[in-house]
Amino acid sequence: MNTVLLPQDSVGVVSEQRAQFDVPLHLSSGGVLPRFELAYETYGTLNAARSNAVLVPHALNASHHVAGVYAHTPQNVGWWDNMVGPGKPLDTRRFFVIGVNNLGGCHGSTGPISMHPSSGQPWGGDFPVVTVEDWVAAQARLADFLGIDCFAAVMGGSLGAMQALQWTLSFPQRVRHALVIAATPQLSAQNIAFNEVARQAIVTDPDFHGGHYYAHGVVPRRGLRLARMIGHITYLSDDAMMEKFGRVLRRGTPGYDFDIDFEVESYLRHQGDKFAGVFDANTYLRITKALDYFDPAAAHGGDLTAALAPSRANFFVASFTSDWRFAPSRSREIVRALLDNRRAVSYLEIDAPHGHDAFLMDDPRYLGAVRAYFENIAL
Amino acid sequence: MNSAPALLPARRPDLEAIARWVKPQSRVLDLGCGDGTLLRHLWETRAVHGYGIEIDDAKVLACVQNDVNVLQMNLESGLSAFKDASFDYVILSQTLQAVRHTESILREMLRVGREVIVSFPNFGHWNARLQVLAGRMPVSTSLPYVWYDTPNIHLCTLDDFESLAKTLGVRIGERLVLHDGKAVHMLPNLRGSLVVYRMSTH
Repeated sequence: MNTVLLPQDSVGVVSEQRAQFDVPLHLSSGGVLPRFELAYETYGTLNAARSNAVLVPHALNASHHVAGVYAHTPQNVGWWDNMVGPGKPLDTRRFFVIGVNNLGGCHGSTGPISMHPSSGQPWGGDFPVVTVEDWVAAQARLADFLGIDCFAAVMGGSLGAMQALQWTLSFPQRVRHALVIAATPQLSAQNIAFNEVARQAIVTDPDFHGGHYYAHGVVPRRGLRLARMIGHITYLSDDAMMEKFGRVLRRGTPGYDFDIDFEVESYLRHQGDKFAGVFDANTYLRITKALDYFDPAAAHGGDLTAALAPSRANFFVASFTSDWRFAPSRSREIVRALLDNRRAVSYLEIDAPHGHDAFLMDDPRYLGAVRAYFENIAL
Repeated sequence: MNSAPALLPARRPDLEAIARWVKPQSRVLDLGCGDGTLLRHLWETRAVHGYGIEIDDAKVLACVQNDVNVLQMNLESGLSAFKDASFDYVILSQTLQAVRHTESILREMLRVGREVIVSFPNFGHWNARLQVLAGRMPVSTSLPYVWYDTPNIHLCTLDDFESLAKTLGVRIGERLVLHDGKAVHMLPNLRGSLVVYRMSTH
């Protein structure tokens, strides 16, 4: 057996767990999931008072595998491993951290690739469109299952941040702190436009078959690949892309053809191929819809202050100057609404060059502030 | 979290005065709050509900470590995030002389706070006057910077400031003039090196 050498501050080898829920879940769409399963991982130990639990919901293309590695795939390191671990900003020696795969996902939780309870076939295109509110409602069932009445914190970046914010609205008494990073209170028309291009790439792929492609033994790879490529462009800043790839020609000279010329083309194709091999197109469609629909102010005539009134948590909000997908001005809208509601809030605007993806990077100012914030959370 | 209340630095006697003026459980906005020491002190000794505004990364981090609410924003772009009269006190301690849009910041402070507390070094102190008479820009404890390397761009005297306050229609509720940490009562514009004002528009 190969011995995997892991850094001291890794949570180490982790394993996925599943929880089954048999009480029907009523969805925002009006649909009902008669029963569902959530895949999750935990790191650290729940204390006797059950007061040290931190939920880490994931963003668009991640999963419940937040930190550590799997025994059989030691190269598969959790997506926020630089944030979560013993001695890391979210310190698993002190906190009990939970990663959960969202409903409709493709990493173990009930989703389009799961079997429909009555037909015995995969749900496919019939799986309902789920929302951030639905995800939070499902996560609350997991909290009940784990015996957690109140989270010390819910922390997320991007779409994960929307879930952290929604937690403070759906279950104000069950969240003491919310860390809302690289967030927006709602997608802009431009954000929705990018999502729609991604969805059109998928649904117009001849292998899509209305979402029932499993039955045809195919997957809409080309569509999913394009969706990932366009998404990736929005995660990086112009400067970060230029610095990473410049105008370097793969073959040294222009090819005067449509094969790969520039390094950035190679990168995007690689990212697209990689993603299309591991992600489910039906899940991608639904997650982008959840992003589009998220808009807590909508039910309050566009008044975000009124929308955030139920929240009782203390907030840590952070944005990154080069993030043009969810720009700092969007985070400031959230901060302003929290101030109007007299919530405790700290706001960091980090001058980082990486674009939206900065929330996943090692920036000492950002990681230092998250660390300091967690250190001050009483247990 | 430490159990002992945060001590105010001995070099900042204006903070003592400010802390004395702030009523318990009030709402405080501290502009240019540094590492958050004043806010932490006010929270621990007076249970105030406070926020600080700070632009510097290291100081913002220090605020988070101090467990005070800090908002990383540029003062110069105004206080548009805050509603009218949403704070009992808006504090600007020893920063007025370093801001570019002095008048508009004062107006914004008066809009957001029921009371405004401002402290700054007095350029009218005799020592500064003497140095100028001698043909040099002053350097002293309260004005520690050499002219070519200073954040201070809008230095003023007590009389200058009070004249601006009059223009802005501000009522000065209280004034504390200090030198070496002690109150100065006679000839304040000559003998005081640091001044703290409490003001409002009503």
